[in-house]
Amino acid sequence: MHLLRLNLAVAASGFRRYATYRVATVAGVFTNTVFGFILAYTFIALWYERPQLGGYDQSQALTFVWIGQAMLATAALMGGGFQDEFHERVRNGDVAIDLYRPVDLQLWWFASDLGRAAFQLLGRGLVPMAVGAFAFELTLPSSPTVWLLFLCAVFLAVVVSFALRYLFALCGFWLLDAAGLGALSTLMSVFFSGMLLPLTVFPGAFGEVVLWLPWAATLQVPADVLLGESGGGGLAGLGFQLAWAVVLLVAGRLLQAAATSKVVVQGG
Amino acid sequence: MAETGAVERGAPGRRLSARRALGRVAWGLRAYGFIAAMWVRSTMAYRASFAMMLVANFATTFLDFAAIMIMFSQVDALGGFALPEVAFLYGTSCVAFGLSDLLLGEAERIGRRVRDGTMDILLMRPVPVLSQIAADRFALRRLGRIIQGSLVLGWSLTRLQLDWTAGEVLLTVSMVLSGGLIFGCLFVLGGAFQFWAQDASEVQNAFTYGGTTLLQYPPTVFGKELVRGATFVVPLAFVNWLPALRVLGHDDPLGLPGWVDFAAPAVALLCCAGTALVWRAGLRSYRSTGS
Repeated sequence: MHLLRLNLAVAASGFRRYATYRVATVAGVFTNTVFGFILAYTFIALWYERPQLGGYDQSQALTFVWIGQAMLATAALMGGGFQDEFHERVRNGDVAIDLYRPVDLQLWWFASDLGRAAFQLLGRGLVPMAVGAFAFELTLPSSPTVWLLFLCAVFLAVVVSFALRYLFALCGFWLLDAAGLGALSTLMSVFFSGMLLPLTVFPGAFGEVVLWLPWAATLQVPADVLLGESGGGGLAGLGFQLAWAVVLLVAGRLLQAAATSKVVVQGG
Repeated sequence: MAETGAVERGAPGRRLSARRALGRVAWGLRAYGFIAAMWVRSTMAYRASFAMMLVANFATTFLDFAAIMIMFSQVDALGGFALPEVAFLYGTSCVAFGLSDLLLGEAERIGRRVRDGTMDILLMRPVPVLSQIAADRFALRRLGRIIQGSLVLGWSLTRLQLDWTAGEVLLTVSMVLSGGLIFGCLFVLGGAFQFWAQDASEVQNAFTYGGTTLLQYPPTVFGKELVRGATFVVPLAFVNWLPALRVLGHDDPLGLPGWVDFAAPAVALLCCAGTALVWRAGLRSYRSTGS
């Protein structure tokens, strides 16, 4: 009970922290919207040449674009989020202070990242999606159940994204300069989440493999849930996300245990 | 000409003679070189890290092209353009943007400097502020984008099999150089904008990164309004669309007169003049943090 209250408070302050920068939020919304338009036009050209490409019709493909722009900041698909700060604390040794606090390291960052994601879903997700729906013909479900499932999928997408970023960030305990790893993490996320192109468009065996990677859970699956393309009325997608979330969070715990017991904090 | 003693005596800080203005520009460039060289030396102290970041920069920008290649694994043409033609647009856009990103990309950090007050230090040094800002943290790893764009451009040139005339070669070279200038202006304008709106640094990403992404695709893909906006409001079309359409032998969707294809250098210079004015206005309106 106490633990829950504590983490809720951390999440709430994460929310408030990002909500403070209103001008930055508006700037982000503007940029997301511009990118949404550019991508939408390229998708129109692509689906004009090949209707039903990747199992979507043109309207579904456009919906995919705007879901992507709405999820970009929420699931920190192109960087952003807690990891830069966490990495900096590992690099300069401040993490030692975090470790002797009576809170769990992973849970603390998880709560604060959830708070950030909640704000960015509202602050940076809604408006681009609305603009997209205004400017293009999107396929949005009318059933509230689908929207509810979509919200669950977005939550799980943030969890999987957090778990992945936490794993990459923990490597900073072993590497002096983890900037390269951070870049690698963003790279994988951009490409394998479906941010550039829906994963169902990827050709051949490669296209099969990318659908099973954890990054698929961060954008492809939520989009499929909203578009009604995920099996079992969306439950198959949620199950896939949940499985990866559990695996990656446990992996994060194990790596964290290894990192904090074996590695001497730099300078110490 | 206007080089009179009266001007120099009257208002030394405000109006400069042509010779002194040129001297100032030369000093600005030299100072830029000094600062950039210092950052290169410091980067080279960590060679392995530098190599990793160069590869990461290369790979990140390569992903955009990977997406285009995946698109073309499914279709033969996009907006009436084949893969080598899109690669030509991609390469020119990427190299032009890469040049400006390498030389002026740091201007997007002005907002942070205004917030934390380190802008003041730059004002106290006897070096033009723009030189200091642009050369600050000069990142050689950004060569990755230029290398990647050049490779794609080279590949497209071997595939296009155009009958090159001297004029078209010149047009392609000027495309990359004036394109770099136009993108450079966007970086500096974005930086100047942050003197007024410190937190809004992300707005400029829509024009810089958004611009280079836009120009990687043929203009026929986009709505006419978007193409008009990218021609007359933000002159991105001069970076590569207009000249490239002539080189590739495609019609321009807006039906502009033919001479416009050669106007890129003039447009770039015009942008520079406008940018200089905005930059000065931005710098003058700077108030130190806390005031």
